[in-house]
Amino acid sequence: MTSLPKSTDKKLGLAIDLDTCVGCHACVISCKEWNTSNYGSPLSDMDAYGAQPSGTFLNRVHTYEVKTLERAAQVVHFPKSCLHCEDAPCVTVCPTGASYKRSEDGIVLVNEDDCMGCGLCAWACPYGAREMDVAEGVMKKCTLCVDRIYNDNIPEEDRVPSCVRTCPAGARHFGDFADPESNVSILSAERGGFALMAEQGTNPVNRYLPPRSKADISGNDQIELPAPALEAETGGAKGFLSWLDKALEKI
Amino acid sequence: MHPAPSVIIFTALSGLGFGLMGWLGVGLPAVSGWSAFALFFVAYGLAVGGLVASTFHLGNPKRAIKAFSQWRSSWLSREGILAIVSLLVMAVYAIGLIFLNQRWQIVGWAGAVLSLGTVFTTSMIYAQMKTVPRWNTPLTPALFFLYALAGGALLAGQTSAAVLLLIVLSIVQVVAWTLGEESFSRAGHTIETATGLGNLGRVRLLESPHSSPNYLLKEMVYVVGRKHVDKLRVIAIFLMGLVPVAIIVLLPNNQFMAAAAVISHIIGLFASRWLFFAQAEHVVGLYYGKR
Amino acid sequence: MSEEIRKTTCYMCACRCGINVHMQDGKVKYIEGNKDHPVNKGVLCAKGSAGIMQHYSPARLRAPMKRVGERGSGEFEEISWEEAFEIAIGWLAPLREKSPEKMAFFTGRDQSQSLTGWWAQAYGTPNYAAHGGFCSVNMATAGIYTMGGAFWEFGSPDWERTKLFMIFGVAEDHDSNPIKMGLGRLKERGAKIIGVNPVRSGYNAVADEWVGITPGTDGLFILALIHELLKAGKVDLNYLMRYTNAPFLVNGDENSPEYGLFLRDKQDKPVVLDRKTGKPVAFDKPGIRADMAGTHKVKGVTHRPGFQLLAEKYLTDEHSPEAVAERCGIEAKTIRRIAAELAHVAFEEEIVIKRPWTDWKGEKHEKMVGRPVSFHAMRGISAHSNGFQTCRALHVLQILLGSVEVPGGFRFKPTYPKPVEAHPKPHCKVTPGAPLDGPHLGYVRGPEDLCLSQSGEAARIDKAFTWENPMSAHGLMHMVISNAHAGDPYKIDTLFMYMANMSWNSSMNSSKVMEMLTDKDENGEYVIPRIIYSDAYSSEMVAFSDLILPDTTYLERHDCISLLDRPICEADALADAIRWPVVEPDRDVRCFQSVLIELGARLGLPGMVNEDGSAKYKDYADYIQNHERRPGVGPLAGFRGKDGKSSGRGEPNPNQIDAYIKNGGFWIEHIPEEAAFFKPWNSAYQDWAVERGLYDSPQPYVFQLYVEPLRKFQLAAEGHGKIQPPEHLRQQVKEAMEPLPVWWAPFEEDAVDTEEFPLHALTQRPAAMYHSWGSQNAWLRQIHGTNPLFVSGEIFSEHGFKEGDWAWLTSRHGKIKVPVVKMEALNAKTVWTWNAIGKRAGAWALDEKAPEAQKGFLLNHLISELLPPRENGMRWSNSDPITGQAAWFDLRVKIQRAEAGSGVSQPHMEPQKSPVPPAPQNVTYGEEFKK
Repeated sequence: MTSLPKSTDKKLGLAIDLDTCVGCHACVISCKEWNTSNYGSPLSDMDAYGAQPSGTFLNRVHTYEVKTLERAAQVVHFPKSCLHCEDAPCVTVCPTGASYKRSEDGIVLVNEDDCMGCGLCAWACPYGAREMDVAEGVMKKCTLCVDRIYNDNIPEEDRVPSCVRTCPAGARHFGDFADPESNVSILSAERGGFALMAEQGTNPVNRYLPPRSKADISGNDQIELPAPALEAETGGAKGFLSWLDKALEKI
Repeated sequence: MHPAPSVIIFTALSGLGFGLMGWLGVGLPAVSGWSAFALFFVAYGLAVGGLVASTFHLGNPKRAIKAFSQWRSSWLSREGILAIVSLLVMAVYAIGLIFLNQRWQIVGWAGAVLSLGTVFTTSMIYAQMKTVPRWNTPLTPALFFLYALAGGALLAGQTSAAVLLLIVLSIVQVVAWTLGEESFSRAGHTIETATGLGNLGRVRLLESPHSSPNYLLKEMVYVVGRKHVDKLRVIAIFLMGLVPVAIIVLLPNNQFMAAAAVISHIIGLFASRWLFFAQAEHVVGLYYGKR
Repeated sequence: MSEEIRKTTCYMCACRCGINVHMQDGKVKYIEGNKDHPVNKGVLCAKGSAGIMQHYSPARLRAPMKRVGERGSGEFEEISWEEAFEIAIGWLAPLREKSPEKMAFFTGRDQSQSLTGWWAQAYGTPNYAAHGGFCSVNMATAGIYTMGGAFWEFGSPDWERTKLFMIFGVAEDHDSNPIKMGLGRLKERGAKIIGVNPVRSGYNAVADEWVGITPGTDGLFILALIHELLKAGKVDLNYLMRYTNAPFLVNGDENSPEYGLFLRDKQDKPVVLDRKTGKPVAFDKPGIRADMAGTHKVKGVTHRPGFQLLAEKYLTDEHSPEAVAERCGIEAKTIRRIAAELAHVAFEEEIVIKRPWTDWKGEKHEKMVGRPVSFHAMRGISAHSNGFQTCRALHVLQILLGSVEVPGGFRFKPTYPKPVEAHPKPHCKVTPGAPLDGPHLGYVRGPEDLCLSQSGEAARIDKAFTWENPMSAHGLMHMVISNAHAGDPYKIDTLFMYMANMSWNSSMNSSKVMEMLTDKDENGEYVIPRIIYSDAYSSEMVAFSDLILPDTTYLERHDCISLLDRPICEADALADAIRWPVVEPDRDVRCFQSVLIELGARLGLPGMVNEDGSAKYKDYADYIQNHERRPGVGPLAGFRGKDGKSSGRGEPNPNQIDAYIKNGGFWIEHIPEEAAFFKPWNSAYQDWAVERGLYDSPQPYVFQLYVEPLRKFQLAAEGHGKIQPPEHLRQQVKEAMEPLPVWWAPFEEDAVDTEEFPLHALTQRPAAMYHSWGSQNAWLRQIHGTNPLFVSGEIFSEHGFKEGDWAWLTSRHGKIKVPVVKMEALNAKTVWTWNAIGKRAGAWALDEKAPEAQKGFLLNHLISELLPPRENGMRWSNSDPITGQAAWFDLRVKIQRAEAGSGVSQPHMEPQKSPVPPAPQNVTYGEEFKK
C-alpha cells in the first residue's frame, strides 16, 4: 500500500555525527555484507573484477571539502543512506505497492516480490538512497536492518543496524526519534541535528549532527585561547640554571 | 536524467498514439471502414508500441501487472490503468466504426477524454518529481498535451488545427526551455542545502563515495554540453514545429507532403524528448558534485 | 540466525581484530567484530567486513607452481607439493652446507616473525628481516631507545582520561580501529584533538585543530614547542628526576675518549648527584634525590647532568617559534599557543588517582598523578631521512611533560615497556651447516655490535647494522633486491620471500626493481638466480618468482598473535590470540608457516627435528601448541600447563588451541590495578611481568632523554675507539648520531634543486584498503579503484588545472602521468595520493582494462632507493642515516599539465599472464543462503 501512514508509532532512524566520522567506509561494507545475504535478493556487483565494476550499496560515504574565504578548508566525511522520511515521495510514486512505510516504526521498505523495477521511487528520492539491483531488477534500499533490530536470534545488544554496530568511531546512533527521551532525540537536540534538503518537504527522520567549530593554521581561528600564554619564567638560556635550582628545591 | 531510449520512445509514441485517438474519438476525421481501420491501426500501433517500449525500462517486467494496483497514490499506476481503459473503450468505438459501420459517439467522446487523460497521467509521472525541478511545473502536462494534440492532428490530417497547435506548441516549448534554465536554482537546491554544511562555508565534493560508477549516476546524472543542447533545440523546433507548418501552409496538400510533415514532426519530437530527459537535472547530482 | 559463529582473528590489515565469522552451509555468510575482543571490542572496519570477498577472491592461487616462461611473464605450471618441496630442498640444502648467507629470507607483512626469524636463525643465514625497514622503523627504534616502547600499536593514549590528544603524521593504518574508537571516545568526552599533518583527511578531518605542516619539518616544530616549554619552566621536574636519565652526569671533556658518555661507578652504573649530600651516587640508589642543577668534577673533568645539556641546546634562538615558523608553514603565534595549551592541560589540569603503588626503589606512593596530554605519531614523521631524530624529539616532548605511563598520558601495552637492555643485539655470525649465533635483529649498544665482517664490510645483504645505518633494528628489506642485483656486498643464490610485493608497491623504484629481477648475466643466467615466493594471491611478485608456494587465506589457517611477536595487548591487559581454520581450503594450498616447518624438518634444522631426524612438529598448529622458546614460555601465553590453568608461563597444553577457540579465539589477563601505570618503575608491574614470562627478571629502567648509544657512534666518528667508520661516512655519522634530538633538512631537499622541484609528494593508505590486497576485493575496489593526485588549491590554480585534467609529475628520478584533483585542505606545497591502488595489468585476477591497471598509479616510480651521486661519485641511500628507514616522504617533485590522451596513467607496464583462471563476470554473493 503506497499511501503513507498519517503518523507512525515510532520513528526509528539514525543520528549521524559528522564531527566524529573519519570516513573509513566501515559502515558501507558492513551494510553490504549483512544485506547481501539477508533481507531480499543479494546486492549484486556487476563486472565485479572488470573495467567498470558497479554494485548495489545501500549506504555510501561522500567526502566534501568546505571552505570560507577566511579560513582553511575543512574536510567532512558524509555517510548517506535512506533517511526514512515521514513524507516519503518514494513510497507514493510506487505503482505496484512494493514500496511502503511501516506504521509501527516508520521504516520505509520495499517488498521485492511486488517490485517491477521501474525505478520511479529512485527518481522521487532526493537523496539517492535507492539503488536498483541490476542482477535482480528490483529496487534496494536501507531497511534499517529490520531483520536485525527485531531479531530474537541475535543478542539484544546487537539488535541495531549493522552499520551502527560496526562503526569504529561511534559516529552512528540508532533510536526512536518519536521518543524525546531517546538517545538520538537527546543527541540531536543537544548538537543541533539537522535534516538534509529540508526544502524538498520530505521530513526525513534521520538527523545529521554538524561538525563542531574547528581551528586551523590560517591564523584566523576564532577559538578562544584555552590556556594563558606562556611566560618566560626561566630567563632563557642564561637564567635557566638558577631557575632550575630553585624549582628543584620546591619538589 | 539518463535519456533512455525506452522512456523516450514510450512517452513520444504513446503520446502520439493517444493524441491521434483523441482526434478519432471526437470524429475528426469522421472515418469508417478501411480508412478507420488504417487510422486506428496507426493509433494503436503508436500507443501500444510506446507502452511496450516502456516495459524495457523495467527491471522485472513480469511483475508489471501489479502496476495497476496503486491508483490512489501513484501517477504511474493511474497511467497504466487509464491507458488500458482508453485502449479498451476506443476498441469498442473502433469496432463499431470499422466492422459495423456504427458511430457510437458517446463511446468515442469517452475514449477521447480517456486518451487525453492518459497523456495527462503520463506527464504527471514527470511533473510530480520535486527532485527534478525542470519537470516539476504545469508546463510539463501542457507540453505533453500539446505534443499529443498537435502530433495527433497531423496524423489525423487536421491540417488547420495542426498548424495552430504546432505554433502554440513551439511557443510553449521555447517558454518551457527558457523557464527550465533557472528552475533548479529557483527551487533553491544547492550542495549546501543538500549536505546541510552551508553554514561552514562553500561546499565542494572532494571524493566520490566510489571511484566506479553506480546506478544513481548512470540513471540520474547525465551531463550534456551547452553547444549540443542549442543545436538540438534548433533541430527540434524546426522539425517538430516549423517544418510541418511550412509544409502544410506552403506546399501542395497531398499524402506525400502529409507524410513528410509527420516524419519531420516525429524526428523533432524525439529530439525534444531526448532533451527533456537529458537536460533534466536531478537533485541527487548535488551529492556527487554534478551541477 | 540458524548459522554457526566461529571466532577467529582478522588479517585484513595489521590491527588483528577479533571477528565473529557467521557460517551457513559451510560458507562464510557474515563477518562482524567480536565484542569481547580486546583490540576492537565489537567494531570492524571496511576491510574486515570485506573479508568475505578476500576469502572467496578469484585471485587465490590454487596449487604450487614452477615458472616455465621468462621471469615477469607470469607463465607457470602447477606442480605437486612433493615436487615443490623437492625443488626447494634441492636449492636450500646445499646452500646451507656451503654458504648459508647466500640464502636471503625476507618476509613482508608477516605476523609470524617469531617463527620465521627462528627458522632463519636455525638455517644459519644472517639475511632475514620483515618489511619494518620500509615501513616505520624510525618510529619503533626511536621509541625503544628513548623510552622502551613505541607508538605504533605498542602503546596508546589513556583514552578515558586524556584531555588533549595530538597526532603527528597519522594515517589510517596501524591500530586503526583502536584509534578510531579512541577518537570517538574523546569526542564523546569533549577532549581536544590537534592534528599535525600536511593533509587534512581521516583523523585530521575530525581534529578540532589542524596544523597543515610542511612535510619533513615536524622535528623543527616539536623542538620549538620544547623551546617554549623550557623557557616557561613548564616541564615536570619531579618526573624527570625520578624516571629519566635527565640527572645522569655526562662527561664534558672534549678530549676525553669518554666525552659525552655517562659517568659510571664501579658497578658500571650511571651516576647522579644526590641533592641532599652533593655526592655522586648510582642513579638507582634508593632514597636519593637526584640533582639536575649542579655539576661534578672528577679528575679535572666537569660532568654535568644531561638535562642541562638539553636545556641549553633547545633554549637557543634557533629553536624559537619565530626561527622555524616559515620553514614549518606554521605561524609562530600558533606554535606558542599550542605550547601553552600543552602546558596548561599537563600542569593545570593534572589528574590524581587515589591508588597506592610502590616504585622500583621501594618508595611507596599514595596516589598516581597524571598529566592528561597524549600523543600519537606514525609514518608521516618517521618516513623521512630525519625521521629517527624527529620521533625522538616527540618522545622527549612527551617525557618533559611527564606524560608517559601516567594517567591521562601515553601508556604502554605489554610486552612493553621493554628497555634496550632487554632486547637482543643483532647477530650475523655464519657457520656453514649450523645455526646463526643468535637472533638477527636487535638493538646495538655501540659500534661493537654492528654486523660487519672482519674487513669491515656489511655482513648482511641489506647492509643493516653498518655505519650507513647503525640502528637498523628491522633490517632493510627494500635494499635486498638492489644489493643482491649489484652483488654488493655479495651475490646471493636464493631469495626466499613471503607476502612481500617487492616488484610493485613494496619497493621504491618499482620499474627498476622489475628490471633487476629479470636481469641476466653474461651466461644468460638470472643475476638473482632463484626466487622462492609464498603468497595466497596472484600478486605482481608472483610473476617474478621461480617457485610459488601458495598460502591459504586467513580464514583457512592456524596462526598465533604471539607475545613473542607483535602483541595485541591493552594498556591494562596482557592478551594474545589465534587464527584457526574456520573453513578448509578448497584448493591445493597450505599455510605458509606449516610449509616452513616442514622445510625446516626436511632440512634437519635444529629445533625442528627430533633426535631420530623425524619432524618435530606436524604443522604450524602443533608448533604453536608445543614449541617452547624458553622453558615454559611458548607462542601462546594463555591456557598453559597440562590443565590449561597457567598464564604466561607453564608447560605446553595439548588442548591449548581448543581452549582459545572456546574462549572466542583470544586470551586476556588484566594487569593488577596498582600495576597499571608507571610500568617501567612500578615494582608490582615488574613482578607481575616476570611471573607472566615477559621478562625473566625485573627490568626497571629510566627513560633516555640523552641516548648514550648514539653518542658512542658519534664518538667513534670523532676518532675514538678501535672500531672506526669508513672515511666517506665519518661526517654523516658525526652529524646524525646526536645523543639529543636534532633536526636536519630531508636529504632529498639538499640533494635536488628545490627551485626545480618545489613540491612535496606524499602517499597514505586509505582506511578502506590495505596495500595491494584490496584491489582484488570486489567490494573495496569499487571505493578505491583509482587514485587521483590531490593537488593543493594553490598549485591547482597556479598551473591552471581544471577538473578532469592530467599532469606529469616529475622527480629527480622519474616521471609519471596521473589524473589530478583539487584539494584545499592541504599544505600549499604538497601533492599526495592513495597508496598502492595502481596495479599491473594481469595481476590480482583483474581484467586487464581494470581501472587499477589503467588509471591507477604508484608514486613509487618516482622514488629511488639511492640519493643522487655526490661530487665524488658516491651515492648514499635515500634513507635515515641512523636506522635505514626508507625516506619515501622526502620526495620532491614538479608538476606540469599533460594531455589526457587515452586516460591511461604512465608508466604503463606490459601485462603479466595471470596464473589463475579469469574472474567471474558478476558477483551476487548471498544468493546461496536464500534457498
